[in-house]
This record gives sequence, C-alpha cells and structure tokens, in this order.
Amino acid sequence: MASIIASGRDALSGIRGRFAGVNLRQNGIFLALIGLVIFFAITTPNAVSLAPGNFSNLVVQNGYILVLAIGMVMVIIAGHIDLSVGSIAAFIGGVAGILVVRPLEQDGWEWLPALPWWAGIIGAILVGCLVGVWQGFWIAYVGIPAFIVTLAGMLLFRGMALLTLQNTNVGPFPDEFRAIGNGFLDKEQSLNALVGMSPTYNLTALVVTGGALLAMWFVSLRQRSGKIKYGQAVEPRGWFYMKNIILSLMLAYVGFQLSQANGIPITLILLVVLVIGYTILMTRTPFGRYIYAIGGNLNAAVLSGINVRKVNFLIFVNMGALAALSGVLIAARMNSAVPKAGEGFELDAISSVFIGGAAVSGGVGTVTGSMLGGMIQGVLANGMNLNSVGIDIQMTIKGLVLLLAVAFDVWSKRRK
Amino acid sequence: MSSSILEMRSITKTFPGVMALEQVSLTVERGEIHAICGENGAGKSTLMKVLSGVYGFGTYEGDIVFEDKIKKFANIRDSEAEGIVIIHQELALSPHLSIAENIFLGNEVKSFGLINWNKTNKEAASLMARVGLSENPDTAIKDIGVGKQQLVEIAKALSKRVKLLILDEPTAALNDEDSSHLLDLLRHLKSQGITSIIISHKLNEIENIADTTTIIRDGKMIESLKMRQDSVSQERIIRGMVGRDMENRYPSRTPEIGEEILRVENWTAHHPIDSSRVVVDNISMNVKRGEIVGLAGIMGAGRTEFARSLFGKSYGTNISGRVFKDGKEIKIRSIADAIDKGLAYATEDRKRYGLNLIEDVKRNISLASLKSFVSFGLVNGNEEYRRASEYRESMNIKAPSVLSVVGQLSGGNQQKVVLSKWINVDPDVLILDEPTRGIDVGAKYEIYLIIQRLAAEGKGIIVISSELPELIGICDRIYAIAEGRITGEVDRKDARPELLMKYMTSEKGKK
Repeated sequence: MASIIASGRDALSGIRGRFAGVNLRQNGIFLALIGLVIFFAITTPNAVSLAPGNFSNLVVQNGYILVLAIGMVMVIIAGHIDLSVGSIAAFIGGVAGILVVRPLEQDGWEWLPALPWWAGIIGAILVGCLVGVWQGFWIAYVGIPAFIVTLAGMLLFRGMALLTLQNTNVGPFPDEFRAIGNGFLDKEQSLNALVGMSPTYNLTALVVTGGALLAMWFVSLRQRSGKIKYGQAVEPRGWFYMKNIILSLMLAYVGFQLSQANGIPITLILLVVLVIGYTILMTRTPFGRYIYAIGGNLNAAVLSGINVRKVNFLIFVNMGALAALSGVLIAARMNSAVPKAGEGFELDAISSVFIGGAAVSGGVGTVTGSMLGGMIQGVLANGMNLNSVGIDIQMTIKGLVLLLAVAFDVWSKRRK
Repeated sequence: MSSSILEMRSITKTFPGVMALEQVSLTVERGEIHAICGENGAGKSTLMKVLSGVYGFGTYEGDIVFEDKIKKFANIRDSEAEGIVIIHQELALSPHLSIAENIFLGNEVKSFGLINWNKTNKEAASLMARVGLSENPDTAIKDIGVGKQQLVEIAKALSKRVKLLILDEPTAALNDEDSSHLLDLLRHLKSQGITSIIISHKLNEIENIADTTTIIRDGKMIESLKMRQDSVSQERIIRGMVGRDMENRYPSRTPEIGEEILRVENWTAHHPIDSSRVVVDNISMNVKRGEIVGLAGIMGAGRTEFARSLFGKSYGTNISGRVFKDGKEIKIRSIADAIDKGLAYATEDRKRYGLNLIEDVKRNISLASLKSFVSFGLVNGNEEYRRASEYRESMNIKAPSVLSVVGQLSGGNQQKVVLSKWINVDPDVLILDEPTRGIDVGAKYEIYLIIQRLAAEGKGIIVISSELPELIGICDRIYAIAEGRITGEVDRKDARPELLMKYMTSEKGKK
C-alpha cells in the first residue's frame, strides 16, 4: 500500500519536474480569474458580462483600486502596510479640485489662479509625494511602525480632505481632466474616417491591440531565447506556445470587444504603462530587488550594504504619488471632488495584493499578481451586480474569497 | 523486558523525489547515552522526526518498537504521552513567560480547572533543582542565557515523565562551561535511568559522553559503535561519517604573505544601548596580503563586535580608532562605504544576518554586489544567473539549480552561498565570522580550501572562530581577545591550544 502511494508520488514529482519552469501560483490566480469570467458569462442574462461595454466598465470601475494596489504591493513586500491610501486619494482629489476648478473663492483661495488641467494633475501628484514624504519620514527615519503611522494618516488625511473641500463637493472638471477617468482613445474614430472604414469597429483600438500582441510575442520570445542562451531552465516549448497563444486569443478578444464599444479606455492605457513600468522596477532594478531583500530578511539586507531607510522612505513617497494618481482618477470619474471619496479603498487594495499571492510576512509578491487579485475582486463585484446580487451577499462573498485565496496559498506551501 | 528501550526497524522515509531514509535500523539500550552522527543532510533529523511522530504513522515504512511494543505515533502528543521528548536545536520557549510557566506550558498544574500557581512554582523549583538551575522560577525566559534556557527545556521534559530524551545539537549555541554542565547533567540523568539520544557535530563531546554511536550517511545506517568496548576515536567516527579517511582535517598550504593590507589602531567601541560599557577596548591589529589571521576568544569576548564595528559601524556607538588600507588612512562611514573600500564581513549567524531564506541562491549571491550586474539602470538577470552558476560549480554548492530557495539547502551549502555572496563583492579583506559553525566535517574541509584559495589570490583573511583546533589548523597568525582587548598574538609555529586558552581567559590587569 505504502509503496503504491510512494510510486504515485514519484510519478507526480516527475510531472512536477517536467514543468519546473512553470509558475504554478501565478497561473493558479490567472486560471481562477478565467474561471470567474466564464462562470459569469454563463450565469448573467444574455451573457451581458461579455458585452463590449462591460469590459471598459470593468477597467474604469477598478482602475483606481489597481493603481493603489501597485503601490501597496511594494509596501507589503517590504514588510509594511498602508491604511491611509483611501484618505490620501480623497485629500488629493480635493487638492486637484481646488487647483483646477477652484470654486471656493469665498473661502480664502482667491489668490490662487485656476490651473490648466494638466498642471493641476502634476500639482496634485506633487502634493501626494509630499504626503508620502511625511509618512515616509516617520516610518523610515523615526522608526514608527507603518501600521501606526498610516492609521494616523487615515484620520489625518480624511480630515485634510474635509478641510480642503470645506465639507462640500467640488466640480465639474474640464473635459480633458475627466477623460483620464472616463475617456477613450480616439472615441471619435478619426482613424476610421481617415481610411474610410465603417464605424462598426474602432480602428485605433484594433491597431493598438495588434501592436500589443506583437510586443507581447516579441518580449516573451526574447526572454525565452535569452534564458536558453544562458543555459537556464525554461518552460517546455509546447506549454510556452500554448500559453502565449491562449493569452493572445484572450487579448485579441478583449481588444475586439473594446473596438465595438467606445474604444480603449484611457485608464486602461495608463494602467498598462504603470504595470509595465513597475514590473520592470520591481524585477530588474536594484531598487526593486532591495525591496524584496528588506522584506525577506531585514538584518541581512542591512549587512549587505543596503540603505534600508532610504528604500523604505522612497516606498512611501511612491505610495503617496500613486494614491494621488488614484485620487485624480476617482475625481475624474465622478466629475467631482468629494471629501468622502475612497473610503475603504485601502482595504480593497490590500486584499488585491494578498489575493495576488503576497505574503503577510513580507518578501513575496508581484505587481502582476496584485493586478490579477484586483481583477478577481472586480470581476466578482461586476458579475454579482449584473446578476442583481445584493450588497449583503456581495460583501460576504468578497470576504470569503480573500480568506480562501490566502488559505489556498498557505495550504499549497505546506504541501511542499 | 528486553534490554533495549527502543528499536527502530528498517525505517524508510521518502519525500517527493528524494529517499531521505532507507532501511535504517536503530537500537537504543535502556539507560544509555546514544549519539547519532552524520553529515548535514544525512537524515539524522528526519529519523528523529519519525521517532517523535512529527512524521506520523503511515508516512514511513518500518516499525518503531518502544518498550517492546510497536507504536504508531500520529503526532508529537502521542510520543510524549509514552515518554519520548525531543528538544530541538531552536528552542521552543516563550520569551516573555516565566521559567515556571514555560516548564508547564501545555501541561499546566491545575486545581478545579484553574492554574494553581503555588503548586506550579513549587514543582518548577524542584524540577529546576534536578537540572541544576538556580534561578527564581518567576524569571522571564528572555532574561536568562541560552545555556540556562536549554536547562529549562530539559526540566520541561522531566515534567513530562520523560523516559527517552532526544537532544538535537544541544551544545551548538553554548559556550564551553555551559556545554560541560549540560553533559554532566546528561550523565546524572543517565544515573537516574533516563535514556538519551544526542545528535551532535562536536566529536570530542561524543567521545566523552556517548556509550554507543550510530553513524548515518546518505540516509543509510552505516554502523553502531560501542564507544567503551572498542575505545573509538574521533578519527574513527569521521571515517564512518564521510566514508573515507580524513587523516588531515585541515588542508596544507604554503602561505605567500605580502604587504600589509589592513591595519587597525586603537579601535574602541561601546555597547549600542548602554553606551558607557566598553565592548571593544583599544584593539590594534593588522592583516597582510595572502595572510589568514585568526581571532580567538570565548563567546562574548568582543570578536564579533569588533568585526562588525569595523565593518561600516554595523555595531556599537562612540566608535573611535584609525583604519589604514594599503598604508593610507581611510574613513568608513556606512556598510555600503565599507564594501566600496574593499571590506567584506560574512556573519556568524547566516540565518538571521546572512541570507534571505525565502529567496533563491542566485539573488542571495548577487545582493551585496547588485550594482555590478547593472547596465542602463537594469539588472541583467541572465548575467546574474551565469555568475551564480559559476559559484555553484566552483564552490560545490549542492542545489538543483541557482533558482533553488536557499532556506531548503543544508547548513554547509547555505554557508557556501554566504561566502559566494561576499567573494562576489571582490573584497581585499574578508572577515569570516565562524565560517564553519554547524556544518559537517566534509563541508568544513571544502570551506577551508576556499579560504586558502582566497588568501592565495592575495586577499587578507580574518577568521573568527570558537574552535581552537580550526584556528590553529588554518591561520598564519592568531590574535587572542578577552574582554574586548587583544591579550596575545601568536604565530603559526607557536600556536598551541593551551597557550591560546591562557590568553583568551586572561583577566584585566594581569597579562
């Protein structure tokens, strides 16, 4: 009996050995996301979850959480937490409102000229950096745990949001500003007009999708050949092509659907740029590697000559900037700066990161994983809304998903 | 009742892809001290985990016969109920609880469902007396030393009516005095009829205390030696462990010593919290190119503190003194600065200070020298892989690939990763703090070869070690340190353990 079990295990480990280059954890989240999409495609009336417009809804409804999750995964990998990002987003939304809309002449802001929309955004993000400098100073240089500093920040910046906005809503924003949250790339289909194509499909969206596909193949083939050149283990060839073909088909499908709606949302482009940029930052630069080293073993990082204080400080400055960007997105989408904006968003961002495979003890996590984690939450909420599931059930399910995702992670690690 | 208390019959234990134990049989006589020896990764700990139920019945093949009955332990609780208690290398005590609370943790002395503190403390006191621990039972665990904590663990075992006590590397973290006290205690327990199994790398201890020594190699039982009848020597045990004669435990070499590369003058450092306490007291020393210099001293003498205060002030406050590199005075402001100026320090505690255990071999090796892999602001991961693979070859790191997680390697291989990490910084002076602690004989020999190779490349090497034979075996010159001061300097040809020990224990005022 025992020998049967043992030989079964040997066979299993043989299979595992052949797929040594396959990242099971990341693929697991990805498969879960696909499973959810299929589930809702079946259960929602007329498969409305796959309707062209719903894809852009998904992106613009979750964009600000995903932006927060990018900063949050860095914070969490370094072994910290940030509870203040929702409040910072509200505060910065208010700052953007003051800078761009400036409706509060009677309240002492008369001296400030209304800025053009782009200057307002830059100004808002700079203020976000200052918020990060404030929190980073207390955490990195004074040595107060991030939990405490950002718990204080959660109250502090909510208060600042109320103060800045004088407890009222500020809006509306100029169209260019709103486009960041609500706009689409070439919605007017000028490219279609140029080549004389019928307006059924947005040509710009199709071209961008095609470009993205080419870029994806170029990068993955180049990475693979680089690894082979240096004699590293790679995924089996069949698996590699199968995976990339499936990915391409999905990407093409999403692009095709978007081209039938209004085109590619500006938020999506912003997100893709951020995800690529931050993935490179986290995996290919010394700064990113130091973050993993600090989270993995702080003492060893110190003795390796890493300036831990500086790295921690910069992590929170960066978090402030991304929280500010998130605040701009929220304000743009709602077309109004609201003091109560972003309440509870910090918890959504933290959940995204943990569903995406980060470890509570630090040292583990990826930007793309966190994006998948955020998308799982987003698809879940979206699908349940389309199925008219009440908020009571929605919250219950969201809670269970977070718990089970992390439990699955713990369980699969223990099996090793 | 047979004379043996425990018999493990043909134990086979497999993990996916690995056979950890293959048909291992072990017989332990009633009332003896039974040592288990083997290189790291040989399967000693796995065998003990099978015995204590960590790997429960059904996960292994073979039989465990304890007191003439076949036992099927599902977990540790089952084995403890029979009187088998295992004390792990990393002690399982709760630092903020008192000695008495720790002794009875999970096994509380209760009356009517509530803890009876008077009885707890009284029974704790009598158990502490049995192990020779004179402390107040109310003292918190964090306030007593490692040696005494070890005694608390044994008292805890006694409170469970232990019949078979298993100790995994009990003296690895202890100084000589605490070690000998612990060994005396084991003899004393033996006289009270308690059987012990002890896993240790310290062969002189085994020679001293064990009645029987069982040697395990590559998951197989090699032999059981009756220490008394056959008057077994350390060399005999080593031969069994490595499967070959190791007539010389230290590789020979002809040193080629060049110019002075590092000189430290009047180096003084104070304790980081209690800044009035002098920890490093006016130390002056030097290293030459191609020279291996030893720092000998008992634990707490200030060796590590000296090295770390020198290495970018990573320890201590109010640090003063001068450092000369190649004859020119240098100022070292931070650890990064120290690395830039050609210093490297490989820590004594690789798990806490040396490695990121959840990261792979490649990234651990590159961490301190990451900038050398950067082009256009980005780390070249392929180049990193290539360089790490070279170290895997040249240092003989036994890992499936450089993408293996460091935490899953054995101690000796982890140590080689630490060394690779610091060699890749390409330092001129390399400080190695306890480079062979907790690793087996075969791996030690390899580490010595690496140290000699580095010296032959013209680097200055400083080795800190608690093992005098090791220092005498590999160093060209040895400084003895006591109470933060240099108390003696001995050349290779004059180096004898007795002389060094005299310097190491010399007290302030007399020399």
